Amino acid sequence: MTRSLTMDRPDDRNRLDAMAQGVIGQPLDRPDGPAKVTGTAPYAAEYPVDGMAEGVLVTATISKGEVTAIDEQSVLSMPGVLAVISDQRMTARAAQGGAGEAPVQQVRQVQYYGQPIAVVLAETFEQARDAAKHLKVTYREDDDAVTDPHDPAAPTETYDEPIDQGNLAQAMAQAAYAVDVTYTTEGHNSAPMEPHASIAEWDGQTLTLHSSLQMLAYNQKELADSLDLAPEQVRLISPYVGGGFGSKLGISPEGVAASVAAMQLNRPVRVVMLRQQVFQCVMRRSETTQRLRLAADANGRLTGFGHEARVSNLPEEEFAEPVTQASEFLYPGEHRRLAIELARVNLMTAGSVRAPGEAVGMQVLESAMDELANAIGMDPVELRLRNIPDQHPSEGIPYSSRKLVECLKAGAERFGWDGSDRTPGQRREGEWWIGTGMANACRVHNINEAQARVTLSPDGTAIVASDMTDIGTGTYAILGQIAGEMLGLDPADVLVQLGDTTLPPGSGSGGSWGAASTGSAVFEACEAIREHLAEQLGTTEEELTLKDGFAIAGNRRVALPDLLAGAEVERTGHFKPGEITEAFAAAMYGAFFAEVAVNAYTGETRVRRFAGAFSMGRVLNEKTATSQCMGGMVWGIGSALTEELTFDARDGHLVNPDLAEYHIPVNLDVPHLDVVLVDERDPAGSPLQAKGVGELGICGAAGAINNAIYHACGVRVRSFPMTPDKLLAELPDP
Amino acid sequence: MQLTINGTAHEITGDPRTSLLDFLRHDCGLTGTKKGCDHGQCGACTVLVNGQRVNSCLTLAIMQDGHEVTTIEGIGTPDAMDPLQAAFVKHDGYQCGYCTPGQICSAKGMLAEAANGWASFVSEDLDGKVELSAEEIRERMSGNLCRCGAYSNIVDAITEAMSTQTAGAE
Ligand code: FES
Ligand code: FES
Repeated sequence: MTRSLTMDRPDDRNRLDAMAQGVIGQPLDRPDGPAKVTGTAPYAAEYPVDGMAEGVLVTATISKGEVTAIDEQSVLSMPGVLAVISDQRMTARAAQGGAGEAPVQQVRQVQYYGQPIAVVLAETFEQARDAAKHLKVTYREDDDAVTDPHDPAAPTETYDEPIDQGNLAQAMAQAAYAVDVTYTTEGHNSAPMEPHASIAEWDGQTLTLHSSLQMLAYNQKELADSLDLAPEQVRLISPYVGGGFGSKLGISPEGVAASVAAMQLNRPVRVVMLRQQVFQCVMRRSETTQRLRLAADANGRLTGFGHEARVSNLPEEEFAEPVTQASEFLYPGEHRRLAIELARVNLMTAGSVRAPGEAVGMQVLESAMDELANAIGMDPVELRLRNIPDQHPSEGIPYSSRKLVECLKAGAERFGWDGSDRTPGQRREGEWWIGTGMANACRVHNINEAQARVTLSPDGTAIVASDMTDIGTGTYAILGQIAGEMLGLDPADVLVQLGDTTLPPGSGSGGSWGAASTGSAVFEACEAIREHLAEQLGTTEEELTLKDGFAIAGNRRVALPDLLAGAEVERTGHFKPGEITEAFAAAMYGAFFAEVAVNAYTGETRVRRFAGAFSMGRVLNEKTATSQCMGGMVWGIGSALTEELTFDARDGHLVNPDLAEYHIPVNLDVPHLDVVLVDERDPAGSPLQAKGVGELGICGAAGAINNAIYHACGVRVRSFPMTPDKLLAELPDP
Repeated sequence: MQLTINGTAHEITGDPRTSLLDFLRHDCGLTGTKKGCDHGQCGACTVLVNGQRVNSCLTLAIMQDGHEVTTIEGIGTPDAMDPLQAAFVKHDGYQCGYCTPGQICSAKGMLAEAANGWASFVSEDLDGKVELSAEEIRERMSGNLCRCGAYSNIVDAITEAMSTQTAGAE
């Protein structure tokens, strides 16, 4: 039996707080923890399959043109080599998140350097890798490749409808204080620690793919469409995912290549991307150029607000880094302009990388806000407090729960913020300039359609099942806690099964919507089970208390196995976003506070202290929510100081396609992170009154570091990442 | 040619190009050791060879003749976790879990290095006893990348496991 809910209105009932078990929100250990720390949790490439062939992708060494010949004979005589496949069903790109259809195929038409063009199959990985390196490929090269995203000659288009309100230029001219600045950010790679990997098995009817993916219900359609199969003929299995951060939202080229090869060779095939391929042919976050115009009155209230960005992507891709997403509603200013220009380039696909939009939009906006605070001579916290709009500045709709003020106050207190004197270059310790900075955090709240099945077994334990994924986000933990709370069970008595398309389609993990969406489907299913139990007990759902495996109503208290009398109860919850998504400006908020040390001689920046206060609606598990925030802050440190994709503007090849040259933060780069979770319930967020937490911690984080660098040494770096070379020339005399 | 993995002898018969990492994962079915980069850049493949931490992707299986290898499977099991593994669970010293076996093997090796007085980049003193401050742990664990960003919790987990072990020894 399925119980559906289309969320059109806020759910003010707050049912979870009315429950008695007391496990929701608790900092419980993850049930998947012991498997992960002992190495027994199987990831995509780790299933023992008999008779498996190994495949290695071959990628293009030109940026635009055509593969005219692949000399298969050059490798077929090598030991163990089985085949070279360059089939039109293979995919040249990864699917964008939520696509639900095949990405660009035509692997022989080259659109970017690093594009998959073939897969080499052999008995062993060593043989396949060697043969892939030796494969001779001939190209016809076009001479009109655009390999520099900043090239003024690159074709551009306006993305979406720009927002134009009032007269921003005039507001800037008449402002008591005005800031008009342009920042740049470089491209990023998700770089999950587990490279994309797939094992394909084809039995003539059904294709089974063990793969590392975030959104199985969509990936199933993408793979089926690529292969001209019906979705029912494709089964995806992905119970453990070694990080995704957007890069595994869509089906990726190795999965399709493994499938095509398995069908052709009639035996199981494993294809694992080399680390360089994860960099070159999955997804990048676009570089951005962002112009911020902030006009404020004498009291520091914004009267004009402009945020215009230029980003890039391949031809035919609809995605453009939505840089201005939070700028639409975070700050007031009746004179507004928000616009995104999309340049078409021959560089790898740009797509979702953790917090698309806000990750780079917020860090620039918050740096510009700091420039405004300095221009006014105001504590930047005070400037934020004075700029909280009453309603959405363009759409006029109300905000759902918004705890920005509470976050600013809680974060400032935890950090020990003193914003009274923002004069730079005041504090010196040895070779180091010391400074502090802050920034707002903001990320839009998304919800997505989701189904989950909950089965209450005759013995009084429960099973939650969905094709939802846990990509490190804590899904196993929180779904167990939701069911435990609703059904009055210890979460240890709730088995959560995920990551298999034979289970009801969940929301997938992405856009911070997983917990609120699939969690709400679990909640719905549990409500339906509660109604059934209430009926059995002769009471109403509202009057029914479930706790510690007992059903209680009035003076009756019955153990669940007795009430169930040998029957199981199974219900499927189906959650759909409805009018609610248009009725409110719903978002997660927070505030970052950082202390940095800038080396007076080398320009090196070290983050010494980093605190964040965040609100995300109801916290479902304090431990995993805190970890998500920390992870975001670590990304903020990378975005601030080290992470940048560097393309050779001459031929469009990625110069730093590995973890030695693309610098993600290491342990020593990260101080102890201080996370405060601000208590909140958001009835418009979801029936759980929860929102999302997977991305908030990055949205603005690098801005706080930028501002702290300025406060430390007086250098305003308008180019991320803020590597030492960008500081060196402007550093004050040591 | 033979090596010992978690106390069990294994013959090396395959392709001489096989890294120790691929030997463990493909030939021995010991997939607890992870491949994150295959180039010595991430630490996901860390194992202990004769008690010292090694990136198993950077050495060939045939170079390990007669050596003793300990992988994550030899450190503990879900039902009998090593205190370090239990501390990772308690402190949420992981998220996706993919870097985790490498972190734990690395931490084992790191604690032994510190106990033997090895100095690090952040050590004030090059000889003498090493006090494993949070800063020392961070530096010594910097060869193990965690893209999920669990570093703070990893340091807390190691710190706790260290103190319980010391307490146990006293
Ligand atoms: S796989 Fe060996 S260091 Fe990355
Ligand atoms: S736990 Fe995911 S990379 Fe460390």
